[in-house]
Amino acid sequence: MKVGLFIPCYVNAIYPEIGVACYKLLDYLGVEVDYPVNQTCCGQPMANAGFEDEAIPLAKSFEKEFAEYEFVVVPSGSCGSFVKLNYPRLLSKEGRESHTSGKVYDFCEFLHDILKVDKLPAKFPHKVSVHNSCHGVRELHLSSASELNIPRYSKVKDLLSLVEGIEVMEPGKLDECCGFGGMFAVEEQAVSVCIGQDKIKNHMATGAEYITGADSSCLMHMQGIVEREKLPVKFIHVVQILAAGL
Amino acid sequence: MSTKHAEAAERFIENKEQESWHNETLWLVRVKRDNMAMAVPEWEELRELANKIKMHTITHLHKYIQQFAENAEANGVIVHWAKDAKEHNEIVYDILKKHNTKKLVKSKSMLTEECHMNPYLIEKGIDVVESDLGERIIQFMGVPPSHIVMPAIHIKREAVGKLFEEVLHTEKGNSDPTYLTRAARAHLRNEFLTADVGMTGANFGVAETGDVVVCTNEGNADMGTSIPKVHIVSMGIEKLVPNHKSLSVYTRLLARSATGQPVTSYTSHFRKPREGCEMHIVLVDNGRSEILSNPEHIQTLKCIRCAACMNTCPVYRRSGGYSYTYFIPGPIGINLGMLKFPERYYDNVSACSLCYSCNNVCPVKIDLADQIYRWRQNLDSLGKADKMKKLMSGGMKFLFTHPSIYYNTLKMAPAANIMPRFMIYNGLNEWGKGRELPRFSGESFTQMWKKGKVQRKNNK
Repeated sequence: MKVGLFIPCYVNAIYPEIGVACYKLLDYLGVEVDYPVNQTCCGQPMANAGFEDEAIPLAKSFEKEFAEYEFVVVPSGSCGSFVKLNYPRLLSKEGRESHTSGKVYDFCEFLHDILKVDKLPAKFPHKVSVHNSCHGVRELHLSSASELNIPRYSKVKDLLSLVEGIEVMEPGKLDECCGFGGMFAVEEQAVSVCIGQDKIKNHMATGAEYITGADSSCLMHMQGIVEREKLPVKFIHVVQILAAGL
Repeated sequence: MSTKHAEAAERFIENKEQESWHNETLWLVRVKRDNMAMAVPEWEELRELANKIKMHTITHLHKYIQQFAENAEANGVIVHWAKDAKEHNEIVYDILKKHNTKKLVKSKSMLTEECHMNPYLIEKGIDVVESDLGERIIQFMGVPPSHIVMPAIHIKREAVGKLFEEVLHTEKGNSDPTYLTRAARAHLRNEFLTADVGMTGANFGVAETGDVVVCTNEGNADMGTSIPKVHIVSMGIEKLVPNHKSLSVYTRLLARSATGQPVTSYTSHFRKPREGCEMHIVLVDNGRSEILSNPEHIQTLKCIRCAACMNTCPVYRRSGGYSYTYFIPGPIGINLGMLKFPERYYDNVSACSLCYSCNNVCPVKIDLADQIYRWRQNLDSLGKADKMKKLMSGGMKFLFTHPSIYYNTLKMAPAANIMPRFMIYNGLNEWGKGRELPRFSGESFTQMWKKGKVQRKNNK
């Protein structure tokens, strides 16, 4: 099983430690991991802003970079779902097919559904509040969306339950947006910040020391607010918890 | 880099107390909706059925609309056809004129709002009285609805108390809801008794029988159609369902989705005029048949105006109905506004974080967020794309399609704390309001990988 690690542009620049945790954990689980070094960005920022054609050349180079892998794994649901859901249509504009769309997985999804991980050596004796990200929940179905009348599940919580000593909470308004939304965050900054502040309040009300989640972009947005307001809560990506001690 | 919606939203949020109250009040409606939805085991099946029946009906509209009109006429109803708002208003006025109408009492109708009917009739000297309590409150205030199901949701009871002191001469300082409701009831009773014509909208039209179905909680549509001798129904052509069996799917979904009630207090079926009375149905197109030919947005025609998409929308709840430039706010309003007049209503397209919650609550499964995404793609060709977003997107494309330049920029970024000009230029100033900028790591993941710092030593 050969896995290509897809590290989104901002994770690459800002949170390389998340990428390192991804590698360590996959390696520990016996997966052959590679990182195509010419990858850049999936194109979601431009597309959500209304310029999806600008994303087509990025989609083409993404396809090339990840052609040889059986799976593409990414620690950011939103980027993964952009590839999965939009690449086929974007590439069809140039008469091409997407070969990555069907093999891209959110990191937790990959651990849960493909590797079916049922034990981990991780210890994390802390109280965490799980951030259920919009695209992870409503596009990749990492957990049951709160709006739907379907059996309740959470792949992220399933994985966290394998960690020793952890106490897992979820905020009120379980899977409401954090207000990021890419360029929405700057175009509608007042609403975006307001949604983010409310979200953090809900996370903090659980008494958690850490806000954790499968999507680095939501964590980045909330971290920006927490740092501005000097709030006593920390951020950690789910992968970093799962890889704790490796 | 901000739209009229963003600016209005910022003003709304400045009054933090009001914003927070608005957010929580509408969230409560979402919670009530969830409770109802979870209590119906076949909820998701119902949504899928509702989606399919509406798609079937609107794509066979020629057949159902003819069947509906024929049946209504056979029932003794006078059917009118209005191609647009102007025709609708003229038809209504003609009927009123024929009956020497001084007072028209009406129940809630978003279609008459869409047609700007009230100002048109008032101009002609007709006394138009809204009889839905929320609508009456905002009519007294001279403001438009801020929500399509709860039009006065943004107004607190203290403000209603003050308003009623002025217009209904209620006790000073009394804002007890029961007291105010009784005052409104007494006032409206008199309006019902003295109106010449009653008007309703239509939640559904049943093709098989020609029935019009009107859902209210106050029974005001029933009062307004039981006393005056003339009943006018204003109905969009997309309101049709084939038969009663399919109607039952929607009556199960509508109130649960809208207000979290199992059913509206009144679900009234109007089939024919009362003895010695007249019943008119005005069937209105006003752009709907054009939407039928638009594959990217045809699904908006399934909408049953429940407003569940507004109640769940994190942006709507924190920006209020008036922050949108179209009279219908929230996800469905963004789309309907763009369908109506994109060059006028494009400012609302920014009011979405693409969280997709609206898609999930929609009882007829309209792809609301996907449609907003699609509108954004069209803004540039309309000449309405935000210049800064365009610059940023172009800049990103350049950087990301040139990995060596991108990675060189990344390498320098932490040391010199510089960023490409297109990123710093404007967008990140907005980020800086309320948020710290993320800090570049000393080394990017790519640099670490290239130096072999990530890989296990015996791996490569």
